[in-house]
Amino acid sequence: MSRKGVSFRAKEINSDVAQIRDLSISIGAIHEERWDERMGPTPFPSLSTLRSWDHLLLNRYKPFYLPFCDLCCLCTYGKCDLTGTKRGACGITMPAQQSRMVLIAACIGAATHTSHARHLLTHVIEEFGRDCLINVGGTSVEVEAPISRLVCGVKPETLGDLEPVLDYCENQITQLLAVTHTGQEGSNLDFESKVFHAGMVDHVGMEVADIAQISALGFPKADPVSSMADLGLGTVDTTKPVILVIGHNVPPATSIIDYLRTNGILSEVEVTGICCTALDVTRYSDRAKIVGPISWQLRYIRSGVPDVVVIDEQCVRTDTILEAAKIKAPLIATNDKNCLGLPDRTNDPIDEIVSDFVSGIVPGALILDSHKVGEIAVRVALGIAPKRKKQGNLPAKEQIIAFAKKCTQCMLCRRACPNDLPVPQAIKPAAGGNLAPLNELYDDCIGCGRCESACTQKIPVHSLIVGAAEKQTREETFCLRTGRGPIQDVEIRKVGGPLVLGEIPGVVAFVGCANFPKGSREVAEMCMEFANRRYIVCTSGCAAMSAGMYKDEDGKTAYEKYSGAFEAGGIVNVGSCVSNAHISGAAIKIASIFAKRPLRGNYEEIADYVYNRVGAVGVAWGAMSQKAASIAAGFWRLGIPVVVGPHGTKYRRMLLGRADKDEDWMVYDARSGEKVYGGPVPEHLFFAAETKEEAMVMIAKLTMRPNDTSKGRANKLANYIDLHKRHIGGIPPDVHQLVRVVADIPLTMKTEILEHLHAHDWKESPIPDPTLLSRMVHTRRDER
Amino acid sequence: MPQLSDSWQTGEIPGPKKASLIVKPDIADALILRARRPIMIVGHGILEYEVEGCKLIDCLIELAKKGKIPVIVTASTSKEFLARNFAPAAILPAVDIANRLTDPSWKGLDGKDSYDLAIFVGLPYSMEWTILSGLKHFAPGVKTMTLDCVYQPNASWSFPNSTIKEWAASLRAIVENLGD
Repeated sequence: MSRKGVSFRAKEINSDVAQIRDLSISIGAIHEERWDERMGPTPFPSLSTLRSWDHLLLNRYKPFYLPFCDLCCLCTYGKCDLTGTKRGACGITMPAQQSRMVLIAACIGAATHTSHARHLLTHVIEEFGRDCLINVGGTSVEVEAPISRLVCGVKPETLGDLEPVLDYCENQITQLLAVTHTGQEGSNLDFESKVFHAGMVDHVGMEVADIAQISALGFPKADPVSSMADLGLGTVDTTKPVILVIGHNVPPATSIIDYLRTNGILSEVEVTGICCTALDVTRYSDRAKIVGPISWQLRYIRSGVPDVVVIDEQCVRTDTILEAAKIKAPLIATNDKNCLGLPDRTNDPIDEIVSDFVSGIVPGALILDSHKVGEIAVRVALGIAPKRKKQGNLPAKEQIIAFAKKCTQCMLCRRACPNDLPVPQAIKPAAGGNLAPLNELYDDCIGCGRCESACTQKIPVHSLIVGAAEKQTREETFCLRTGRGPIQDVEIRKVGGPLVLGEIPGVVAFVGCANFPKGSREVAEMCMEFANRRYIVCTSGCAAMSAGMYKDEDGKTAYEKYSGAFEAGGIVNVGSCVSNAHISGAAIKIASIFAKRPLRGNYEEIADYVYNRVGAVGVAWGAMSQKAASIAAGFWRLGIPVVVGPHGTKYRRMLLGRADKDEDWMVYDARSGEKVYGGPVPEHLFFAAETKEEAMVMIAKLTMRPNDTSKGRANKLANYIDLHKRHIGGIPPDVHQLVRVVADIPLTMKTEILEHLHAHDWKESPIPDPTLLSRMVHTRRDER
Repeated sequence: MPQLSDSWQTGEIPGPKKASLIVKPDIADALILRARRPIMIVGHGILEYEVEGCKLIDCLIELAKKGKIPVIVTASTSKEFLARNFAPAAILPAVDIANRLTDPSWKGLDGKDSYDLAIFVGLPYSMEWTILSGLKHFAPGVKTMTLDCVYQPNASWSFPNSTIKEWAASLRAIVENLGD
């Protein structure tokens, strides 16, 4: 493996042949080969290495652009009106501009994960050394870094081995960002190919981040029975001092736990979290608690429960300092990517900082030393809690009524609400003392606070909603199985066959943010639906929390009801955002471990296998961020479709197949080399569903692959048809396109499906051994 | 209330090309009658609306029948149509039908000819906004009209922002004007 920065210096060397003074030799890296797998064709791919693969996919799933803005305003030629067929001053067209914006979003996402990975890696190398061994599952996980192996062709063994992998990511992201400059790329399809590249790089960066923290910080290592963590506002013991951590980069939070442990006071302080830092700190200590996803920031801070707010990076509300100040909770910023204008107190004495916070002299500070943060946060929480007395700023019933009476019914709050919630209609009865309609909005509210910014009467609308739901918030007592990290190799061996053959109908991964159209509950319901149908369900990030924030009729959450193993009917929480790499990694491992396809630097072949054979689907029901864009793009390049909620159309384009065009669905039959019809599966690569019901039907459809055996296709069809009947009504109109041979028909539905097939003049078509790559056609022995 | 032609969601500011207002129902009728091949796309949102005991979906069914407009339903909307003995021409996701409308070679659901008027109603506001934007830019041969009670700037023609009552009255007037 490579070793960075090796240098040799000699002041003076004397020998028989020469005298050398001030010799200095620097070597960028020493390459030490310890992996005997033959290198594949595409290690460390450049921007254009996998272009032809991307174009194969993009030719099938042509982008359908949904411009979010008709103008380009990225340079001083502009603003340029790109409506219809108009071109900008630089010559760019609307399709190219939209794909350029998608690329910018994907670059932001990939850069964010990769810089997070760099920060984490640097931190753990400082703490544990470059030679600290990578261990993400002991002997259960021999393929420890499937994405890095696949993309870079390297097999990392130590933390230091991850550095050149990150070097590659940083290099690629810089080049990708350069592509978006005025006067670079002009073809929308080449922009799209680079979006895929950014996504692939993003998954490498995420993998590095999670491998580093699992190995160094002792997180669960591929553990299907990782411990349960408390989840929900109602789980917080408000009699204790409370620390709130928000963000994604866990070292400050683990330092808080360390300080509490070292001083024997872990049970005296509540460590609570929002967003992925919360998920990761529960992987470090099961005493930590998760309050909720990203959308819980305003409601939790305003409750007054947190005594100290510690923020790191990503998805942290930029007005957190103002919100924390309102409840007199000091704020500690801990990351140089998110300084919030605060004074840098990193080098000040701890006692002085603690004193300033506890006495209320300063509302917040930047402290770029996680160890210091650990001590300061705890001491400030202990010192300030008795003074604050959990002072919040959520209105009581009388105040809600008084505010409601000020409402002019101008509708601006509703018009500002991303979900068009009927806020004015709920405020009107509140003025008369009926808070029930306001309470009803609580579950659907994504906590963005735009309603308040819009209000001309300065009514704290969001607080009114949360205040009206005060009883409900106290009853938010759920649990979540802590992020387990990778999938074990042995689990892959067990499910690889059933998945590829279709006995397990698919893998459905619920990932991403909490910009849900109708609240968290829909994610939990979808998870349970697919687990009940014996799919393998994975969760990560805010979606993992949402999956746990609902109890069934027996009072159980999804994590209590279903196993955490990567098996049919399991609900597998892999962890935080960066743990998404284990989901794509599992798909790659199916190709590598189960099908024994060469992994090393062999992207196209593995992606071709995953695309044609592994029925995996990603679902980002509340996708909001640029990171979600790059995560999705990483799945797309592997041929894994992604379904988003209705807000997902704001990502500016869909990647949709045309089931009605037979010519789009031709594949090579690897046995004969002939181009044959493989069927419209998976039908779409990026799809926005209008409702949860439409999403569930589409998810079931998108798990179909051209390689499905008849038994497998029948299983997938049975689920698709049943969901369609229940949620849409009747037999799906496209069943005749999905049944290839009579044996594909689910037995219990045979009569009605045969009727449908006859009505559509259906004919059998052979099941190919599908590939999109001509080089994967089996060569006859006499031709070798 | 917002101005008649303000985007219903305040932040959804359109570009230079904005929808013309359907200020009176006759305009919608004229557009429907003038269209060679109209089609109506109905989202699940329509199921929420009821005015004076009358479900607005019934009004749309009448409109489709009188105007001889094939109806494509999205999401779970189909069940309500079937419960009223009205068979939609197709069940398709909104993004899927919109994507097909951008293809000038697509010959429609029946394989006969392309559509020249797409009438949208009942999709989530921002989803409809972005879909109409896609059609505005990439389906030059298709005029779009929205029958929602809020202004959609990316359509070719849109109702203004109006109350549910005003909206229901307009829908009824459109149906009545079409005659028998």
